Amino acid sequence: MTTQSSTEYEKYYVPEKSKLAVCATIGLILSTFGAASVMNDMTFGDGATTGSWGIFWFGLFFFSATLFGWFRMAIKENLAGLNSAQLKKSYVLGMFWFIFSEVMFFLAFFGALFYVRTLVGPWLAGEGEGGRMNHLLWEGFENQWPMPLTPQEAVGGVANQPIANMGTFESYEKSMAFGEAAAWYLWLPLWNTIVLLSSSFTVHIAHMGLLDGNKRKFNIWLGITVALGMLFVALQALEYYEAYAHFGLTLNSGIYGSTFFMLTGFHGFHVIMGMTMLLIQWLRSVRGGHFTADDHFGFEASSWYWHFVDVVWVFLFLFVYIL
Amino acid sequence: MGDHHHGPAKGLSRWLFTTNHKDIGTMYLWFSFSMFILGGAFAMVIRAELFQPGMQLVNPAFFNQMTTLHGLVMVFGAIMPSFVGLANWMIPMMIGAPDMALPRMNNWSFWILPPAFLILASTLFMEGGAPNFGWTFYAPLSTTYAPPSVTYFIFSIHVLGLSSIMGSINIIATVMNMRAPGMTYMKMPLFVWTWLITAFLLVAVMPVLAGAVTMMLMDIHFGTSFFSAAGGGDPVLFQHIFWFFGHPEVYIIILPAFGVVSQIIPTFSRKPLFGYDSMVYATAAIAFLSFIVWAHHMYTVGMPVAGELFFMYATMLIAVPTGVKVFNWVTTMWRGAMTFETPMLFCMGFLVLFTIGGFTGLMLSIAPADFQYHDSYFVVAHFHYVMVAGAVFSMSAAVYYWLPKWCGRMYNETMGKTHFWISFVGFNITFFPQHFVGLAGMPRRIPDYALQFADFNMMSSIGAFIYGASQILFLYNVIATIVAGKPTSEAKTWEGAEGLEWTVATPAPYHTFETPPQVR
Repeated sequence: MTTQSSTEYEKYYVPEKSKLAVCATIGLILSTFGAASVMNDMTFGDGATTGSWGIFWFGLFFFSATLFGWFRMAIKENLAGLNSAQLKKSYVLGMFWFIFSEVMFFLAFFGALFYVRTLVGPWLAGEGEGGRMNHLLWEGFENQWPMPLTPQEAVGGVANQPIANMGTFESYEKSMAFGEAAAWYLWLPLWNTIVLLSSSFTVHIAHMGLLDGNKRKFNIWLGITVALGMLFVALQALEYYEAYAHFGLTLNSGIYGSTFFMLTGFHGFHVIMGMTMLLIQWLRSVRGGHFTADDHFGFEASSWYWHFVDVVWVFLFLFVYIL
Repeated sequence: MGDHHHGPAKGLSRWLFTTNHKDIGTMYLWFSFSMFILGGAFAMVIRAELFQPGMQLVNPAFFNQMTTLHGLVMVFGAIMPSFVGLANWMIPMMIGAPDMALPRMNNWSFWILPPAFLILASTLFMEGGAPNFGWTFYAPLSTTYAPPSVTYFIFSIHVLGLSSIMGSINIIATVMNMRAPGMTYMKMPLFVWTWLITAFLLVAVMPVLAGAVTMMLMDIHFGTSFFSAAGGGDPVLFQHIFWFFGHPEVYIIILPAFGVVSQIIPTFSRKPLFGYDSMVYATAAIAFLSFIVWAHHMYTVGMPVAGELFFMYATMLIAVPTGVKVFNWVTTMWRGAMTFETPMLFCMGFLVLFTIGGFTGLMLSIAPADFQYHDSYFVVAHFHYVMVAGAVFSMSAAVYYWLPKWCGRMYNETMGKTHFWISFVGFNITFFPQHFVGLAGMPRRIPDYALQFADFNMMSSIGAFIYGASQILFLYNVIATIVAGKPTSEAKTWEGAEGLEWTVATPAPYHTFETPPQVR
C-alpha cells in the first residue's frame, strides 16, 4: 500500500444518524405484507381486497419516496465533495455484487427451464429410468418442447388425474417459438432483440461522449437509449397481449407458459427498472447538469445494469425463443 | 456531519437511526439471542411432546408447525444474524477500518429482520395455522397442501434474503476496500477470511432461494406449474433449487464459526494458528465444493445413478479440506501453553462435537447407506451436532471471548464454565441417543413413535431441558457482566490474543480507527 492511500482513508465518510433505514423498513414491510394479504384475499378469502391493496400501495409509496430521498441524499453528499475515492470504490463494489446476485436470481429460473426440458419432460413421457410410472400416471403424454399438451390434458383433464394438484393447465394454441412464427419479419422477439442490443450500443456511445467531456453527445445518446428501452417494453407488452388474446398462451399453459412468462416477465421487470435508472440519470444530466468526465458513478452503475439486462436477454432469446 | 469525535446519541433514536457498526452489531446479537430463545421454546414444545410415546400435549398439526418454525427461526433468525452481528462488531476493528463500507444500508439490513420475523411468528395465530411443511418447505406440501399463511412465509423469506444480501454486499465491500494500509489479504485474521467467503456464498445463493419461493408463490396464486407434474413441472425441481441454496447455506452457518474458533484456539494455546494459508485455501475449497453437492440431500427422491455417484464422491471430497481444518486446530494446541477459560472450553467442545457431526455427515454422504438413514433421527442428530455444537457453541465462545472488549467488564468465569459444562452435558444427552433411535428406524418430524424408542426419547427430552436451562444461565451471565461485571480496562483482555481489535482501548470506543493503523 502506498502512503497516498492512507490520506484517502482519513476522509472515509461515515454518515451520521439517519432515518432512511427505518423509513425504508416501514415501506418495505407494509408493501410486502399488503401484497401477501392481497394474494391471500384473492386465493383463499372472499375476494375483497380493498384494505390489503390500501396497505400495499401505502407501503409502496412510502418505500419509493424513501428510496428517492435516499438517492437524493447520496447524490448531494457526492456533489458536496464528501465522497472520497475510497468511498466511491465501495459503491462500485456494492453495485457489482448486487448485479451478481441478480444473475443468480435468473440462474434459478434458467435452471428450472433446463431441468424441465432435459429431464422432467422425458420422464413424464415414460422415457428412461424416471419414466417407469408413466403408464400409471400420465398415460398418453408425449414429450415435446414447446409443450403442446400438458400431462393433465393428455389423461383427459383434472377428473381423470390420479394425483391431486392445484388448478387446471390448458395448453396454448400457438407458442412464441421461432418455428411457429408466420414469417421471420413478423416474429416479435427478433425485433425485441434488435432493439435491446442496439440500446446497449447507444448507452456505450453516450458513455464515450461523457468521457470525452461532450455532454451534448451524452444527453442525446442516453435519451435514445431510454427511448429504445421504452420501445422494448412496449413490444414486450404487445407480445404478452398477443399471447393472451390470440395464442391462448397464459401463465396457466403448463410448464411452457410458466417458464416463458416468468423468465420474460422478470426480465421485463428488470428492463423497466434499468430504464427508470437511466431515465433518472438523463434527467440529472439534462436538468441538473450533473456528471463530469471523471465523476459519473450514477450513470455508470445504471449502464452496467443495462448491459446486464441485455446479456440476460441474449440467453432468453437463445433458450426461450430459439432452441 | 463532520465531527466524528463524539459518543452515541441518547435514547431510542440511537438504535433506530444508527449508522455505527458497533450499535448495529449489538442489535443483531440481541435480536439473534431473542430468536434463539423463541426457537428454543419451540424445541421445548417438541421435546415435551416426545417425552413419552403417544399424544400428550399438542396435536400433530401443531407439532408440525413447531418443527417448521423451530428450524426456520433457528437458521434464519438465531444463527445467521448472530454471526452477522459478530461480523459487524469485529470486522472493522480487525482490519483497521473506521466502520462498515455502507453504514446506512447496514442499518437497513438489520431493521428489516425484526418485522420479517414478526410476520413469520404471527402466522401461528392465522387461520389454518403456521407453516407446517418443515423448514425445507418441500413442494407440494408447501404449495398444494399448504395453509394460507404460506404466503406470509414466502414474503418474509424474501425480506430475510434481502437483508442477507445487503449485509453480505456490505461485508464484501468492507473487506475488499477498507483494510488498513499493510493489511494484505493473507494477513487478515481468519474470522475476516471466513466471513468474506461466507458473504460470497450468501450473495450467490440467497437469490436462488428467492427464486424458489417466487415459483411457489406463482404456483399457489397464479396458476403456474413449476412444481406440478400435471402441468409438466416436477415437485423434485423444488428440491433441486432449494438444496442448491440449502447446501451452501449450511456452510454459511458453519464457516464464520470456523473463523471464530481459529481466532480463539491460538489465543489460549499461546501459539500462532498452525497452517494459516492452508486454512484460507481449505475455506475456499469448502465454499467451492458446497455448490456441487446439493443433491446428497435427495438420494432417495429419484435420481439417475450417475447423479447419485457424482454427488456422493463430491460430498466425500469435502472431508478433505474440513479435515485440514480440524488437524490445524489440533496442531495449534500441540505443545501450546494452554489454559482453559470459558471461550477455550467452548472451542474445544466445538472441536470434539463438530468432528462427530462431520463423521456422521460422512456416513450420510454414502448414497446406499443413506437410503437407510434418510429422514431418520440419525439425520437430526447429525445436523444438530454441526449446528448446535458447531455454530452455537462457537457463538457462545465468541461472546465470552470478546465481551470484555465490548463492554469493558469481565464476565464471571465460574458461571461461564458452569454454562459450558451444563451445555456440553445437556447437548450430548439430547442428541447422542438420537443417533441410536435414528439407526433403529425412528423417522424425524413425527409427534408419536413406537414403544421401543421410549427410553432414548425420554433421555433426549431431559437433555434438551437441561440444555435449554443452561442458556438462561448464559443470558444471566451476559446481563450481569454488562450491568455489574468487574471493570477491566486492559486493551488486551487475554494474554495470548493477537490482532488489531486488542490494540484499541477497552471498552472499545464508539468510533475506532478513524485514521487507519499501519499494519506491518
